[in-house]
Amino acid sequence: MTDFAIELMGICKSFGAVAANRDVDMKVAKGSIHGIIGENGAGKSTLMSILYGYYHADAGVIRVNNRETRIRSSQEAIRLGIGMVHQHFMLVDTFTVLENIILGAEGGLILKHGLAKAREHLKQLNLEYGLEVDPDAVVGKLGVGLQQRVEILKALYRGADVLILDEPTAVLTPQEADHLFRILRALRNQGKTVILITHKLREVMDTTDNVTVMRGGQVVGNVRTCDVDKAVLADMMVGRKVNMKVDKQAREPGEVVLSVKDLKLVDARGVNLLKGLSFDVRAGEIVGVAGVAGNGQSELLEVLAGMTEATSGEVHYKGEDLVRRKYRQPKAAALRKMGIAHVPEDRSREGLVKTFPAYENAILGHQRDPAVCKGWFYRRRDLIKHASQLISQFDIRPDNPMLRAGLLSGGNQQKVVLAREIHANPDLFLVGQPTRGVDIGAIEFIHRRLVELRDEGKAILLVSVELEEIMALSDRILVMVGGEISGEVPGADATASALGLLMGGGDKH
Amino acid sequence: MKFGQPSTLPRWAQLSILPVLNLMAALLVTGLVTWLIGENPLECLKLLIHGAFGYAEGIGYTLFYTTDFIFTGLAVAIAFHAGLFNIGGEGQSYIAGLGVTLVVLACDKFMPFWLLMPLCMLVAMIFGAAWAFIPGWLQAKRGSHIVVTTIMFNFISYSLMLYLISHQLIQAGSQNPASREFATNAWMPAMKDMGAAIGLNLPDTPLNASFFLAVLACVLFYLVVWHSRWGYELRTVGTNSAAARYAGINVTKVIIIAMCCSGAVAGLASINELLGSAHRLNVGFTNGIGFVGVAVALMGRNHPVGIFLSALLFGALTQGGLDLSFAKPLITTEMVLLIEGLVILFCGGLENLFEPFLAVLFRRRV
Repeated sequence: MTDFAIELMGICKSFGAVAANRDVDMKVAKGSIHGIIGENGAGKSTLMSILYGYYHADAGVIRVNNRETRIRSSQEAIRLGIGMVHQHFMLVDTFTVLENIILGAEGGLILKHGLAKAREHLKQLNLEYGLEVDPDAVVGKLGVGLQQRVEILKALYRGADVLILDEPTAVLTPQEADHLFRILRALRNQGKTVILITHKLREVMDTTDNVTVMRGGQVVGNVRTCDVDKAVLADMMVGRKVNMKVDKQAREPGEVVLSVKDLKLVDARGVNLLKGLSFDVRAGEIVGVAGVAGNGQSELLEVLAGMTEATSGEVHYKGEDLVRRKYRQPKAAALRKMGIAHVPEDRSREGLVKTFPAYENAILGHQRDPAVCKGWFYRRRDLIKHASQLISQFDIRPDNPMLRAGLLSGGNQQKVVLAREIHANPDLFLVGQPTRGVDIGAIEFIHRRLVELRDEGKAILLVSVELEEIMALSDRILVMVGGEISGEVPGADATASALGLLMGGGDKH
Repeated sequence: MKFGQPSTLPRWAQLSILPVLNLMAALLVTGLVTWLIGENPLECLKLLIHGAFGYAEGIGYTLFYTTDFIFTGLAVAIAFHAGLFNIGGEGQSYIAGLGVTLVVLACDKFMPFWLLMPLCMLVAMIFGAAWAFIPGWLQAKRGSHIVVTTIMFNFISYSLMLYLISHQLIQAGSQNPASREFATNAWMPAMKDMGAAIGLNLPDTPLNASFFLAVLACVLFYLVVWHSRWGYELRTVGTNSAAARYAGINVTKVIIIAMCCSGAVAGLASINELLGSAHRLNVGFTNGIGFVGVAVALMGRNHPVGIFLSALLFGALTQGGLDLSFAKPLITTEMVLLIEGLVILFCGGLENLFEPFLAVLFRRRV
């Protein structure tokens, strides 16, 4: 009989009328890497939050090490040997690694004793699992990959036998991700249990022993990884056949729409965020910007969209230099009027006002457009009608323009933003992370729309940290590292490993 | 419920059951205090309610106070929709009173009512807006925290007004720090007189036409905040300034204008007090209405209907409390303040105290 570290039986959890988990059964064998995979909103995170004591299940049984338990708080989860590495790190930037690790477990009033003891323990953990973290480094100065390892150390230091990782590779380069997986395997070989939440099929295939596939709050399958392949898993996740490839004909791009020359951005602290970028985007082509998050792609988008003022350089668009041009209204509004649409990277923070109903979000940025509002007052009925049209065109569900945007799933939120920006019929399309946190069905839809726009002759600048997406969509790929373009690759013959090398080619790690 | 998590209660329950429960809790604690100092809580409650709503004159006074609180409550709510906490309604009303007085003292000898009254309203709004503009500008351009600056501006207005009233505007030869009485063409029509004009016999109370102005302000507030382009930008700035930046909204401008509107509406309270009731400028005529406005807006959840109802509640507490303190020597005006304080505590500060219990009940039912 296999020994189980965690057994969940009949877990149910509802938020209001929404059932996030319905009768979930899952068993995690001791000393294994267990993947939980599913689309956004499938209930993975809710399930793990229940296991980690953030939420309480409405019904169901949790067994840890064959003993039935109730986990009322994350402190209790830690006491039971469950550790969690969050998607957003819970670290104090100005503290050293060592200080961060003992935070909350200082071991007495006098810090020195705790620190000394922790240092010894840390050395041992470092050796055992090949973590390679310097205990005296200041956390804020470490790269993301290392910060993540600090989080892992933190959990191990608290005696975690079961480690939950929530989308751990979202912020890593392929190389860093490989290192992470080496660590996870080392953990498994030492008898630890790892639960990996992800929506990336490749990771599941490469690293896990068993997989639980979730869809719509329910478990659709518990399988051994060696018994399945990517396609089978994708089908299980979505419940139907998915076309992972994007149909795209080769197309001769038209004239230059956007021309960026020696664009620089220095922030208030004097940090060089953009170090002289030059590139063109032509009509009818998708230019992909690949790179690990935080290498200047976000700033590039913000500058081009008029949300941030460039320090120097030129941005030529429709015969004007957007950097030098004078603006009588906020720049973002002026550029939007000139036909530049922007799908922001962080849609829930910038692209939407979550507390507003969908129909109000459908005019965000266009609120002064004469087509939307002729005088001082809106005609609410017209706005709702407009939103209803977009909703049916983009198959946004549920099809209720009065619903608050925050209640829509990630994919449908993104469709609201896309619908709004496409409706404006722009000439230049700035798209940031179009499918972040979006389920596979919606990804397909969004990709198809972007290719359609390209075929209509729009110029598209696509920023994404998903290499597969960049490779599937782009005609040309620019790779950014440390605010510079480290290389350009034609989309047709790009490979993940070649891009990965360019992405890691900076001085960051 | 963990802090910051959205409530699982249906919206109607959030808006109806919760406030009522909070109010009951406040009354319960008040009852306990009343009982401890040796009074009969039920009798006091009866007196309080009777004082506020039990007879025509009481109702008049209740609605008079309500008018003040509607204005200051709406003022707080406008700023709140822009994400600003304007604690300066008190000072803004006070300074608006200065503007009104200057106009009236200069013009009430020759200007007819129909010209003078709109002019007074306009000047009240301009003075209130100007007093709110400075903290708004400092917040938008310099990042000075609006709560701190508006509180400080209250103190500045107290001292400034005290000096102006007692040294400059005081009636010659008077010991009383107040201006001369305004001529009657600067008086806001009293409800009694308006009632008499259509054959109604109303009691003599300070209630005046400003009440209708307040109701009108509620309607306008609703239209502007939820149906206008500017209201849309206002709410976007207030709920998500990153999205506002994305949408090309001039956040600085919206913040400054929102503060000016807030000050202007707060300024209208001075019309009710000075032209509707006192007919002269007194020291401290605002008497805390700006602060009650904060509670009114909080309790009314920044919606005009809620603000009207909570203004009515505080109006009733003020009037009923005064009656109560006349009838019961043990219940002083400080006790009435205690009641108001408890209502604010339970309805504002602890507004979600009963949420978890209610949520459990609702979950069982579904």
